[in-house]
Amino acid sequence: MPPARLNGPADLARFREEALATEQRYRARVLICMTGCRSLGATELGRAFREKIAAAGLRNEVSIVDVGCHGQCSLAPVIVVEPQDYLYGGVKPEDVDEIIEVTLRQRRPVDRLCQRVGDKPVTTVGEASFYRSQHRQVLAHCGRLDPTRIEEAVARDAYAASAKALTTMDPEAVIAEVRGSGLRGRGGAGFPTGVKWDLCRKAPGDQKYLICNADEGDPGAFMDRALLEGVPHQVIEGMIIAAYAIGAAHGFVYVRAEYPIAIEHVSAALEQARERGLLGENILGSGFSFDIELRMGAGAFVCGEESALIASLEGHRGMPRPRPPFPVQKGYLGKPTVINNVETLANVPLILARGKDAYAAIGTEGSKGTKIFALAGKVQNTGLVEVPMGASLRDVVFDIGQGVPDGREFKAAQMGGPSGGCVPAQFLDLPIDYDSVKKIGAIMGSGGLIVMDDQTCMVDVARFFLEFTQDESCGKCPPCRIGTRHMLDILRRICSGRGEEGDLERLEGLAEEIKMGALCGLGQTAPNPVLTTIRYFREEYESHIRDRYCQAHVCPGLFRYLILDEKCTGCGVCLRRCPAHAIVGERKKPHTIVPEKCVYCGACFEVCRFSAVAKVRPGGGSDE
Amino acid sequence: MTAAETTSPADLGPALRIVEEMQPITESSIIPLLQRLQSSYGYLPREVVLDVCERTALPASRVFGVATFYAQFHLAPRGRHLIRCCRGTACHVKGSHSIAQSISRELEVGKGGTTEDLRFTFETVACLGTCFLAPVIMVDDDYYGTVKPAAIGGILSKYE
Repeated sequence: MPPARLNGPADLARFREEALATEQRYRARVLICMTGCRSLGATELGRAFREKIAAAGLRNEVSIVDVGCHGQCSLAPVIVVEPQDYLYGGVKPEDVDEIIEVTLRQRRPVDRLCQRVGDKPVTTVGEASFYRSQHRQVLAHCGRLDPTRIEEAVARDAYAASAKALTTMDPEAVIAEVRGSGLRGRGGAGFPTGVKWDLCRKAPGDQKYLICNADEGDPGAFMDRALLEGVPHQVIEGMIIAAYAIGAAHGFVYVRAEYPIAIEHVSAALEQARERGLLGENILGSGFSFDIELRMGAGAFVCGEESALIASLEGHRGMPRPRPPFPVQKGYLGKPTVINNVETLANVPLILARGKDAYAAIGTEGSKGTKIFALAGKVQNTGLVEVPMGASLRDVVFDIGQGVPDGREFKAAQMGGPSGGCVPAQFLDLPIDYDSVKKIGAIMGSGGLIVMDDQTCMVDVARFFLEFTQDESCGKCPPCRIGTRHMLDILRRICSGRGEEGDLERLEGLAEEIKMGALCGLGQTAPNPVLTTIRYFREEYESHIRDRYCQAHVCPGLFRYLILDEKCTGCGVCLRRCPAHAIVGERKKPHTIVPEKCVYCGACFEVCRFSAVAKVRPGGGSDE
Repeated sequence: MTAAETTSPADLGPALRIVEEMQPITESSIIPLLQRLQSSYGYLPREVVLDVCERTALPASRVFGVATFYAQFHLAPRGRHLIRCCRGTACHVKGSHSIAQSISRELEVGKGGTTEDLRFTFETVACLGTCFLAPVIMVDDDYYGTVKPAAIGGILSKYE
């Protein structure tokens, strides 16, 4: 029998009561991240928990819930035990017995699975350094509910905001609310969401479309993935509200095919919402109809650009077109279309539920609400971080992220992926919002935040991003197709020790022309990583060009590996591991590296137990 | 996707079924159509695509134009195992370039290549979204995090 259709807000409220009552029959919930943590064995862990809980006779008291991302991915696999909110990391199936005995029976924490400050265990989510300074409102339910069960979402007020909008507000009032909240697009450019909706609503045409841009392609950004996987109903609810505001009857979720779990969870969520009458024909008896189709991308970064995304949906090669006309005027099939990013849409239910003023109370003058960052790279705590707009980089990297590991020094944070830039240490205390980040040459972008230390070569990073954009350039406009190619050639020369005087000026000149001339955002922002690294790390470029030396010891040929005679025991491990057979030497006697054969893979450096392999200036001896 | 699960290009049955199920097919359907064909055949065999074009009246030039634009469509058979080496930013700063080189050296194929015995296809991807595992590679559905170049041989030897 299909589940009962909900015909109005009263039905929804009743459904919520029932869902809550079902959950409250259990005295404890074990929340296992079954998304990102699957890569480190969460599936086996879940199986062990289910078997052992049943064997312990606790099946009617404790519920084992597969949830989305808890956020602190560096602890994977992560579990949280409610109601105490104990946070355990690196949990293995063999830990389950102890968790059942100590936590689920005796209701105490298992100290050895907790994080530590000094020798004191930090047992709960609320106390953990990673969570303490966050303001998790968009991610509030991510990791707290089973995304494949609509009951769990509804128990946490899912669809209450869309019900309120559809049954008590007219579309203009919804737009006014979102405009008043100050919400700006979280996909990168930061365009005011309410203004976009208003333009689309007012654009002539009877048919309008809404697209949720879930083609999260920026390397290093995974917040959209976490939202789709962990709280799909929140995104769908945001879409329903947006569709009602602009007057769309049809919408798409355009999701990267590289995200199979997101696709699975969104499909299931759409199906369940439809069955309940929360999506589709005559939603909650309001007379408003809107349905959503899930489309998979086919592997083209440029399709994150809105006009290319539309081309892709229409069945074309994903190439952007000149604007105006903008998609709000002429979008999918030539009809007015709003394209919003996943995180933007996930913010919408909050605004409707709390009211624009409460929402706008958080953030800075020009950027309201919170931003989710995907924190990764050379930082202790990696994962998803949600902070108020205006938090500083220091808050995120040193307080929440707990700084750079191995006692290394912070060098820069890369913000905004291939369209963004590298922010050096001098800006650690700058409040981060759309406008401040733009002023220093980066962009907020989608929120990827990669921490780099003194072992990261900034010239190499610039080359890395240019390789990416050059590879992903669709080839339509010459500034991007040819211009970025020229920039990449110059960077490759510099990184291989063939840089020339004047190269930096050539790069800057090309960058300006590409920024002005490229057709779409991909090309216009492609020079940013190069420009910010030249601006803040010019001496590193100069060292590559003039001294043929890479201080970070990254660029092959601009440093070399050297075996230190006084430390080498002649054990032969490096010799056997060297894939290029570049190491020679007799057993028990110091070995040497033949520089002409070395491929700079670093295998010898990594396997040597005596720290006998050093990285030094090419030609010279040790400089460390 | 492994070769064992896929249909031979000589068998047009699955293609016909897909075309039937997807009616009405318009230009907007090209990408979903190719995705379904590829998931059935493991790649996009030329003869199958041409046959489908004929039945659906979609111009072959249009369909191949799309198929060659997107990174996920493949016009040649793939290896039994797919190795994906993440080249995202977090992986890059943690040394994924050396990982990719080691894989190439081990298999004697470049990125995007398939070994002659069809054992492996090797791809680099922009980001697997598992930056906390950096540097990370995937072999089929298995993740290997914080990989070292020296460990590649051992990992690959697990797949036949």
